[in-house]
Parts: sequence; structure tokens; C-alpha cells
Amino acid sequence: MSMDRRDMLKGLATGGALAALAPGVAQARERKELPDGALGMLYDATLCIGCKTCVTACHEANELGPATQDSFGQGLYDAPDRLSSDTKNIIQLFQEDDEQSFVKRQCMHCIDPGCVSACMIGALQKREGGIVTYEIDKCVGCRYCQIACPFNIPKFEWETPTPKIVKCELCNHLIAQGQIPACCDVCPRGAVIFGKTAELLVEAKRRLEESPDKYVPKVYGEHDGGGTQVLYLAGVDFGKLGLPALGEQSSPALSETVQHGIYQGFVAPVVLYAALGAVLWRNRKNLSDEEDTP
Amino acid sequence: MTDHARAVGGPLFTGFFRLLALIFGISLLMLAWRFASGIGATSGLSDGYPWGIWIAFDVVTGTALACGGYAVALLCYVFNKGKYHPLVRPAILTSALGYSLAGFAISVDVGRYWGLWKIPVKVNHWNLNSALLEVALCVMAYIVVLWIELSPAFMEKWKEGPDGVLKSLSEIGHPLLNKVLIWIIALGLLLPTMHQSSLGSVMLLAHQKLHALWYSPFLPLMFLVSCLGMGYAVVVFESTLSSRAFGTARETGMLASLSGAMVPILAIFICIRFADVIFRGQLSTALSFGRYSLLFWCEILLFLVPMIMLASKARRASVTVQFNASLLMIGAGILYRFDTYLVAFSPGPGWTYFPSLPEVMITLGILSLEIMLYVFIVKRYPILSGGPTAVSE
Repeated sequence: MSMDRRDMLKGLATGGALAALAPGVAQARERKELPDGALGMLYDATLCIGCKTCVTACHEANELGPATQDSFGQGLYDAPDRLSSDTKNIIQLFQEDDEQSFVKRQCMHCIDPGCVSACMIGALQKREGGIVTYEIDKCVGCRYCQIACPFNIPKFEWETPTPKIVKCELCNHLIAQGQIPACCDVCPRGAVIFGKTAELLVEAKRRLEESPDKYVPKVYGEHDGGGTQVLYLAGVDFGKLGLPALGEQSSPALSETVQHGIYQGFVAPVVLYAALGAVLWRNRKNLSDEEDTP
Repeated sequence: MTDHARAVGGPLFTGFFRLLALIFGISLLMLAWRFASGIGATSGLSDGYPWGIWIAFDVVTGTALACGGYAVALLCYVFNKGKYHPLVRPAILTSALGYSLAGFAISVDVGRYWGLWKIPVKVNHWNLNSALLEVALCVMAYIVVLWIELSPAFMEKWKEGPDGVLKSLSEIGHPLLNKVLIWIIALGLLLPTMHQSSLGSVMLLAHQKLHALWYSPFLPLMFLVSCLGMGYAVVVFESTLSSRAFGTARETGMLASLSGAMVPILAIFICIRFADVIFRGQLSTALSFGRYSLLFWCEILLFLVPMIMLASKARRASVTVQFNASLLMIGAGILYRFDTYLVAFSPGPGWTYFPSLPEVMITLGILSLEIMLYVFIVKRYPILSGGPTAVSE
């Protein structure tokens, strides 16, 4: 009945191989830096007047068609209230007591994006200028990118049998033609400007220094979630604008450390397979058909 | 007691089988609706909760419940406990069905299912950072391995049957399979070790969206350990029900020692769970007795109670104790997975999720299909050992 010592030891040896798969020993993955020539936007909430010209311009530039929302029992033409599979860019209003601020939401083009780390066969990838782009031909519609995005940016086409993921790609089709993203192009107040992220950061810090009373003393996106290529300035707490407190580490920094720790060079699985084979060979009398076949 | 597996026989279309067929029929209509109108029309899913019960139950919990084959093979072949051999075949059958239908559930859940073939084929596009890719590849491979492991049950019957393709195939295939069986079984142990732990790693990317009591670098280890417990529990559960339903002799003694194997697994899980919560400085969260803290303690109790029930050798000899403990263990594993994938997952204010009726019906339909296939196969092919009690020596 009781397990004999030899078996126990053999079992424990295999158990040890399993324990080696535990993440404890893994080396932390290197922190990702802003790619060369990274492009982005700087949105200054204190300049935005909420005219939503950028929302309409985004619809046109990305051929998304005007989004119709049901409001007070009637359809409001092109007046979406949130990001969706037909709205890649939105202006929302935060209002509480005497505090108020507009906020623009779109893809943040993270330096180390969760969606890119999640995507099984690379439908989402950082390409030219560090822009996070989507390739429909590779997408299987698993929606892991939606789970992984800390900003809830990728949207899924729920209402069609042939859906895809929709997200801001920084109008990379316009950039390729030497133009700039539609939202930055049309903004009458210069509240959102396009440029190289490194230069935008300098500009953001200049504004902070110039009018410290006007702003929360922080450039959101400089370090948040490992850093983003779209940067924010605001007069109210970023959390209230729906920009989450993420800390300075990106989520892939840990998940990839664990995953790579386990699968470093695919050594652990190969060693484990060989070990299992060896143990099985020693215990081969238990193999099913040996006693069954005459 | 006969040691040989045999088909239990008997009529297929019992009242219970017809009920299952009815549920499956309804789910087929729902499936038609889902494929015609899209996922939004037929589910409670949203951009905030992109994964619901099809993933949390059918795939994440379903494959863990299908770990009986893994757990028993580990005991039988690695820990050299040959006496468990009679439990291997039924466990492998449950696993093969569970994994195959989880695979089917994935193709219902993903939006662009027609592109799924690209995952195993487009090697040059693989994103090796993605835990989900690892899960997908391993699950696909494991489904094949499980059916190969089970194939002797079919070939044994076909060899006795009429001349034809199946007979000659079995006569060639069976001895060939025996030569490589060790490496197939080793693969059948390696693959679940890899993807059951990766199912935990998947949720590491949810990071801030996952409640601090569940978000842990040890998610992969905890998913791996708990799937073994669930595997043993399912074998006990299934053997008990099979012996009732088909009148086969129940291997109570063997199931008692199998239940004993659950005790250290449960203890290890509880230790890791607590050590992790304390180490990450979340003990005060666990003791805050808010909604999530209570959920955490529910989980702990569900793991703890079966451990205590099975700790004494005298007590675990009882069929009732074995069965109840297995139910609790299954409940513990289900709750831990549901919490990690759904309940403790929060995309932020303004989002809610509750499964829709079609969503639930599709899940129930898949479950019914699984039970129907199990019943069909054990009645027609040599899976269960012990034979009918009426004729046992």
C-alpha cells in the first residue's frame, strides 16, 4: 500500500523538475525604451474646449462613418459618447463640483504595449515610429488584447459575424503620405499636437514650468505603465479623467519575465520531457498494453 | 474482480440520454444564431468584459476538469503506482472529450474562427511572449495526444470486428503504437504541465484589472497545482457515478488511496496561496472582509474542507466522504478559476457582465454533448474495468 522509497525519490525528482518551472528564479526582463523616432501626440486638457472636431475628423480619415447614438429617444448624428468599434477617438467631459475638464481618449501607443505582448500571432505590432498597428489577416478575434490593455482601447465588432479589432493607429496611412493624424490636423486650439514623443515631452515640461498653477505637476505617459508615446497634461487629477494609476512598470515586464523564465530557450520543457521519458522507461511495466498483448 | 476493461453495453437512448440530446439540440439553434448574427447579439460580452463563461468555464475550467488523465497518469507511470491502471482509460476518455470540446468552445468564442488554422501553421508569426499562444498550441497538440492514448480502446474492439479498413488499420497500428507509447505518454504529461500553468500566466497581463488577491506571479504554479487536485477529484466523481449508472464494480479501495493523493496537493495549494498573499503584503486586504476578501476565504474553505475530510485514512475509506470531498475539490477549482478570469477581473467603472441565456445554453449544450459521447463510448468500447457487478467473479 505505502509508496516505496525508490518510487518516492523518482517522483520527487520529477517534482523537482516541475518546481524548476516556477517563476521565482527568473531574471527580470529588460525595461523597454522609447524606440528611435517614436511618434506620438501631446494632449493638453487645459486647452481643449470640447468641440469634438477631432472626433468627426477621425471618423472621416479612418472611413469609420458617422457613429449614431441613441439619446433622449432620438438618434444623434455623429455624437458618440465612448470609444467603440466605430469610434477610435473621443472627447469626454469630467465634471465634479467646481472642477471640470475635457479628456481625449485614443490609443496611447505604449512603449511596451500589453496588446502586442498578448497577441498570439502578431496581428498587433509596434511598427514604424513605434505606432501600434493592427493587421486583420493575422487576427483570430480572441480578444486577449482587450484583456491586456490597461486603457481599454482595442474595441471589437460585436454586432457582425465577421468581426475585427478597431483601434487608433495614429493615422499611419496619413503619416505615410507626409500628413499628420487627422485629430491633430483639425484641432482649432492646438490642444492636441503631433510630433516625436521625445520632443513633445520637452514641450510638455516647458509648459509645466511656465505655468505651474495651471497644471497637475506631471506629464502622464512619461513613465506610466512603462511609458506611452501619447502624453497628457491636465488641470485635474489624471485618475478622474479615466487615466489609470499604473505605476512605472509595464504589465508585459512581469508577465514576459515569468513566461521567459519558464520557457528560456525551451530548455525546461525539453529537460522535463526527457526526464519523464526516462522515468516512464523505468516504470514501463505499468504501461497499458504490455500486459494486455499476448 | 476482473482487471480487464470492457464495453458495458446496454441501450443507448435512455431517458437521460434523450434529455441531454434535447439540451444539445437547443444549443445547436443558439449556435446557429451566434454564427449568423455575431457574438454581441447572443452573449453578455462587451469591450470591458471580452471574455465570459465560454472562456472561464468551457476552456479554463473545462480543461482543468479534464485533467483526470494527466493526474492519474502522473501517479500511475511517474510515481510507479501500477495499481491505478484500471482508472487510466476512463480518465483519458474524460480528458479527451473535455479537451476536444474545450477546443470546440474556443472556435465558438473567437470572432474570426476561420483563421484559427494559422496558429499552428504560421510558425514565423508566432509571438513567443504570448502565454495564450502557448496554451493554444499545447491544447491543440494535447487533443491529438489524448486520442492517440485512447486509441487502443478502439483498436481492441475493431480487431475483433468484421474485416475492413478499421480492422487492418488496428492490426498494424496497435503494435506500432505500443513501441512509441512511452513517448506519447510522456508528451501527455508534458503538455498539460505546460498549458495548465500557462492558463495562469495568461491573466498576468490583466495586471491592474485583476484584484490584488488574485494577481500574482505565482498564478502559473497555482493553476498547475489546482488542476491536479481537480483531476483526481473528477476521477473519483466520475468513477462513483459510472459505477452507479452502469452497475460496474466501484474500486472503492483504489479511490481511497487516490483521494489520499489529493491531500498533499490541497495542502501545497493552500500554502502557496497564503505565502503569496502574505509575501505581496496583501494580508490586510484578505482580512478586510469586503466582497473580494470573502470570496478569497470561500475559496480557501473549499480547498481546506476536502483536505481535512480526506486527511484520515479511516474516513477516506467511505464512499460518501470520497464523493463529497471530490465535489468540494471540484467546486474549489471552479471558483478559483472563475474568480481569476471573471469575478476578480474589473475593467473599470461602467462595465458589467452577466452571461446571457444563449451563452449559458451553448455551454450546457457542449457539456451535454460531452456526457452523451462518454456514455456512448463506454457502452460500446472497452473503457471501464471491473465489469458489471452481476457477472463479476
